[in-house]
Amino acid sequence: MSTVARKKSLIWDYLTTVDHKKIAILYLIAGGLFFLMGGVEALFIRIQLAVPNNDFVSAGLYNEILTMHGTTMIFLAAMPLLFALMNAVVPIQIGARDVAFPFLNALGFWLFFFGGLFLNCSWFLGGAPDAGWTSYASLSLESPGHGIDFYVLGLQISGLGTLIGGINFLVTIVNMRAPGMTYMRMPLFTWTTFVASALILFAFPPLTVGLIFMMMDRLFGGNFFDPALGGNTIIWEHLFWIFGHPEVYILVLPAFGIFSEIISTFSKKRLFGYSSMVFAVVLIGFLGFMVWAHHMFTVGMGPIANAIFAVATMAIAVPTGIKIFNWLFTLWGGNIRFTTPMLYAIGFIPSFVMGGVTGVMNATAAADYQYHDSYFVVAHFHYVIVGGVVLALLAGTHYWWPKMFGKMLSEKLGKVTFWLFFIGFHLTFFIQHFLGLMGMPRRVFTFLPGQGWETGNLISSIGAFFMAAGTIVLLVNIVITTFKGKKAEADAWGDGRTLEWAVSSPAPEYNFAQTPLVRGLDALWVEKMEGKKGLTPAEPLGDIHMPNPSFLPFVISLGLFISAFGFMYHKDYSWGLMVGIVGLLITFGAMFLRSVIDDHGYHIHKEEIMEAEKKGAKA
Amino acid sequence: MKKWLLNWRLFSLFSVMALVLAGCGEPFLSTLQPAGEVADMQYSLMLLSTAIMILVIIVVTIIFVYVVVRFRQRKGEENKIPKQVEGNHKLEIIWTVIPIILLIILAVPTVKATFDLADVKPMNKENRDKEKTLVVNVRANLYWWEFEYPDYGVITSQDLVVPTDERVYFNLKASDVKHSFWIPAVGGKMDTNIEDSKNQFWLEFDQKDAEKAGGIFYGKCAELCGPSHALMDFKVKAVPRDEFNQWIEKMKNAKPVVTDPVAKEGEAIFNKSCIGCHAVTPVDKRPEQARTAPNLGNFGDRERIAGILEHNEENLKKWLKDPESVKPGNKMTGTYGQLTDEQIDALAKYLMSLKVE
Repeated sequence: MSTVARKKSLIWDYLTTVDHKKIAILYLIAGGLFFLMGGVEALFIRIQLAVPNNDFVSAGLYNEILTMHGTTMIFLAAMPLLFALMNAVVPIQIGARDVAFPFLNALGFWLFFFGGLFLNCSWFLGGAPDAGWTSYASLSLESPGHGIDFYVLGLQISGLGTLIGGINFLVTIVNMRAPGMTYMRMPLFTWTTFVASALILFAFPPLTVGLIFMMMDRLFGGNFFDPALGGNTIIWEHLFWIFGHPEVYILVLPAFGIFSEIISTFSKKRLFGYSSMVFAVVLIGFLGFMVWAHHMFTVGMGPIANAIFAVATMAIAVPTGIKIFNWLFTLWGGNIRFTTPMLYAIGFIPSFVMGGVTGVMNATAAADYQYHDSYFVVAHFHYVIVGGVVLALLAGTHYWWPKMFGKMLSEKLGKVTFWLFFIGFHLTFFIQHFLGLMGMPRRVFTFLPGQGWETGNLISSIGAFFMAAGTIVLLVNIVITTFKGKKAEADAWGDGRTLEWAVSSPAPEYNFAQTPLVRGLDALWVEKMEGKKGLTPAEPLGDIHMPNPSFLPFVISLGLFISAFGFMYHKDYSWGLMVGIVGLLITFGAMFLRSVIDDHGYHIHKEEIMEAEKKGAKA
Repeated sequence: MKKWLLNWRLFSLFSVMALVLAGCGEPFLSTLQPAGEVADMQYSLMLLSTAIMILVIIVVTIIFVYVVVRFRQRKGEENKIPKQVEGNHKLEIIWTVIPIILLIILAVPTVKATFDLADVKPMNKENRDKEKTLVVNVRANLYWWEFEYPDYGVITSQDLVVPTDERVYFNLKASDVKHSFWIPAVGGKMDTNIEDSKNQFWLEFDQKDAEKAGGIFYGKCAELCGPSHALMDFKVKAVPRDEFNQWIEKMKNAKPVVTDPVAKEGEAIFNKSCIGCHAVTPVDKRPEQARTAPNLGNFGDRERIAGILEHNEENLKKWLKDPESVKPGNKMTGTYGQLTDEQIDALAKYLMSLKVE
């Protein structure tokens, strides 16, 4: 098959693609849409809390909104958006032509997508889940209707996708590195992807187990969480947080990686203390599994457990501090260019330090009895997740947009987005520290006047609108760029250091005409400093073996989506069980087809590559 | 010399912080205006950790501002390539060791306080002195609180009454879903779990601070428990021990005394529609499973209607007429049929007459 013959409709192309660059775009679009939904939910929350005794939304609906805001932002926005950047960048950064398992990569995306779709169907089918994103067992078992079932089944399906994605990246980074790309030459974004993937591998199974327990209890008469029948609700809390705390690092480590790349690029310096940076990432990943119970200081685990988890949690501050200082000293002596991505990186440092220090404050168990479940905690984790992860996502999107789409986002609008978002972020969340200390519990749908919380809440709500405005400017920027944007060079920012800046923007489907030979950290920079234009090839030009597109990942995921509806309604309607089984048959049937059909892929011939490279060079 | 300097700085930082933070919030609700031993301990930990963290922030900010200003790209230097520095072992050791020291400074008092706050031995002694060691059983329910004084056989709801200037010990439990018991001004929270292994902790209420707060502290549910989680407030009356003893004596012997004819009518309605769930004497011998609604023994003395509305007959009628509009998702809605306005008036009169003070 030749490239021309395979040109089908755009939609079919994306439904069947197994190309990591196109999957990245799918993740970006789907994650971006969910991000907007989570953002609208956040606005509803802040409108409701702008004044005391507000009745903008009702009590029950508010709980649905807050649950969906948290769940959507973590599982359906932050994670997929990170996966978007990982997919777009990591394979190219290590000099590979694709991920190790392109088919699984597509399957991971579609599972996430259908899981997220399923979860959001709840809005139209009797109400969304309302027990918070943590869905603590006693409350979630009490919750009437099917909201929690949507949560349990939706997250189970999308969680499978995440797990598959994580394993795929682990294998890719272990096996697919170009010659010379040793572990200690890998760019920091690749390193953090690697560690985050390892965390996914170990952190998602406990969530899966917890979700299965809850599914059994809610749908199939189980009693894992019913104390009257020998169950225990605290088990859910442990399972959830054994997943939940590493999840924070699954999100924030890649964010660290993104900023490491950006800071190094725009200071025109290699990363200060590269090896200690890598060490810190691995250490944070490791310690991330030792601290989950600091989310449960008030559960009544006793002073010994609380003290141990307090000290372990404090220990994480050390490697995190190392990273902060390494970034500062990468900037030190540099030639700093304030591009939009760099502005985010600069804004990130103080914001994240704030989130980090309040994290240590939360770790002081005895004092945490005051902070826990108050707005202080809300402020803390938004400083970490918005100040760390979301700023990184916005930075990474601006930074790698030319690599993904071949066009430069407008710098002017990018900076407007940054300032609106940055100011709005601090306006919204800084004051919430004090609201919490002043006694305001979190997850309240309203508050009574006369408790000293009016001003703080109003300021916080105003800030939210700044963030919304920033997001709208970003959307405008994307639309304008898509139609009128300036075409991007291979080395779009002119200061690229890593391999992705050596291939044209956007990268050709085979990434590298010849697999490059990596001759040091910051492989492209090494070549540039020696006055070379391109990379040193590690192989002669030849035919490139490519995987065939496949519709099966879509079908496998669709089957689970259908099946989830069936099993959810199996007690309410007689067709439930039938639909559940049919859905599973679709899934397993598609998996069977995948196993029996021999798919050898195809080759892009040498001549075609030479043609394409010539064209790419001209453009 | 250097150490002294550090101490001095820390001290001044402390006092400035204490000044700033003390202005925050209301004395009956804010953790920043601690009104008891527990809150005091937690407040000093907050100050210590905040001081250390501000120190960190200051150091980072100074370096940060310096590099961003000093090393920004200047006109004509677009192509200048700075020296590629690999790292610096000395610096890296410094910023590993100093944080470790700072964390140890924080960790030691943290661990100590964690153990101190968990010291509930006196309440579990076999022959504890009932006069000196007060134990309260807290039971959290969708959306109300029950406070049982097991040593006196007295039960009340919504308004916790405690003696000041002594440690009060609590057994914590929930009867439906998980809640969390929190009196911000007096001390941190602890969850009320639905498992039978009860949580235990203690609090102490300062007489002087209680006076400053107007004698009443605000209590909150701190764990999402359903639609009306935000409205699951309770109040704490902290009074001197003598006053507390008098109160508990009155509670022991309290019985509804109804003289007013309208209230009598109300009593009849109550005995028909409400008594299945609500008790009207503080001494209620039924097991907790049977106590499915707040004890109304001293309802007339309460601080709030339904925990949130100002305590007057008008609000009480509003609550009785349509509980759902006041506290969405509560368990009283729809349990007593439709009452006429006259019936509600009578009921309100009766309930307001249930007083011990």
